[in-house]
Amino acid sequence: MRTIDRRPLALAACSFAAALCLAPVEAHAHLVQTGFGTFYDGVVHLFLTPPDLLVAFGLGLLAGLCGAAASRGVLFALPAAWFAGEMAGSLFPASLTLPWLTTVSFGAVGVLVAVNANLPRALLVALACGAGLLHGFVDGSTMAAAGTDRLGMIGASVSVFLVITLSSALVVSLRANWTRVAVRVAGSWIAAIGLLMLGWLVRGQG
Amino acid sequence: MPGRAAGPLVLAALALLLVPATVFAHQETGSITGIVSGLKHPVSGMDHVLAMISVGLWGAQLGAPAVWVLPVAFPMVMAFGGMLGLMGIVVPGIEIGIAVSAIVLGAMIVTESRPPLWIAAVLVGFFAIFHGHAHGTELPAGSSGLLYSIGFVAATGTLHGVGIGLGLVHRFRGGRLAVRAAGAAVSAAGVFFLARIFV
Repeated sequence: MRTIDRRPLALAACSFAAALCLAPVEAHAHLVQTGFGTFYDGVVHLFLTPPDLLVAFGLGLLAGLCGAAASRGVLFALPAAWFAGEMAGSLFPASLTLPWLTTVSFGAVGVLVAVNANLPRALLVALACGAGLLHGFVDGSTMAAAGTDRLGMIGASVSVFLVITLSSALVVSLRANWTRVAVRVAGSWIAAIGLLMLGWLVRGQG
Repeated sequence: MPGRAAGPLVLAALALLLVPATVFAHQETGSITGIVSGLKHPVSGMDHVLAMISVGLWGAQLGAPAVWVLPVAFPMVMAFGGMLGLMGIVVPGIEIGIAVSAIVLGAMIVTESRPPLWIAAVLVGFFAIFHGHAHGTELPAGSSGLLYSIGFVAATGTLHGVGIGLGLVHRFRGGRLAVRAAGAAVSAAGVFFLARIFV
């Protein structure tokens, strides 16, 4: 009896199965779908929200340029104001992003860094409180609308603390003149981003 | 026969690989296209690349404080130009201004001009408006304006850094000549850009 070679058929079937596996369909490659847990969602929130990250980083640079004494006040004022703003914002859960105000706030901070503004400590703390309340309010409002609880808002405030601590400490430690110039260049970039963003908002594409 | 049946199956399998479908690996698809477009845009046009590198080269030639005043001032003025464009405010002769920026900045490098700092800053700032107006507003559809701006500013600033880095060879005798030769090349390219507009 003649034996039938089934290997080509098996090979073809395997190829077909492999091709099916490779067929492009909708894929969700990120764990954001499943969530990291409320606290870590809050921690990550800052890094996924460019205006928040820019204002926190910019304030860190500004505080560092103003010196160690001025920085110490901002380290705690900004996260505290941020959290207070989040609490207030959570009372009004909505997708309230206030893009004009948040853009002006980080853009203004960028300008202050670029011009190497040597602000008095009280003024710097007041600036940090204002920015923290504004951005925190927006965060609280949007996070509450998305179902994030207060633990997530604490996570966001912890992120703010980490960013401002690391950035201000880095700048305070700089001694070489060119490194402080590099900080001012970073400020000019933040200001430039703010200016362009204002243009996008005027155009309605923010 | 099984052997004959395998051929069409293999072909069908290969054809399946060609089926186009959309893959969404990222949730914020507009964001990733925005920042990538912003990063790519400044390096995609030779006119912009040459002018940005020239600012760095000239700054390196001039030394402190110009070497840091120009890179600090340029992004902000450029963004102001971009904002004018986004607001629909027309600036006449944009392409001519960009071509002339390459000619003038290259000439400054060739001649090792050392004008007062404020004149250098005004000159660079004046040209920055044209570059910002022309390039800062070309957002691909569906992209994030903020992330496009971040990418655009970062890429432009990096080009300045490249120019300053290259300009550091100015300290050496051979390097000084090389920087001046680079300025001549930029000016020549500017003449080409200008000729292309009118011809």
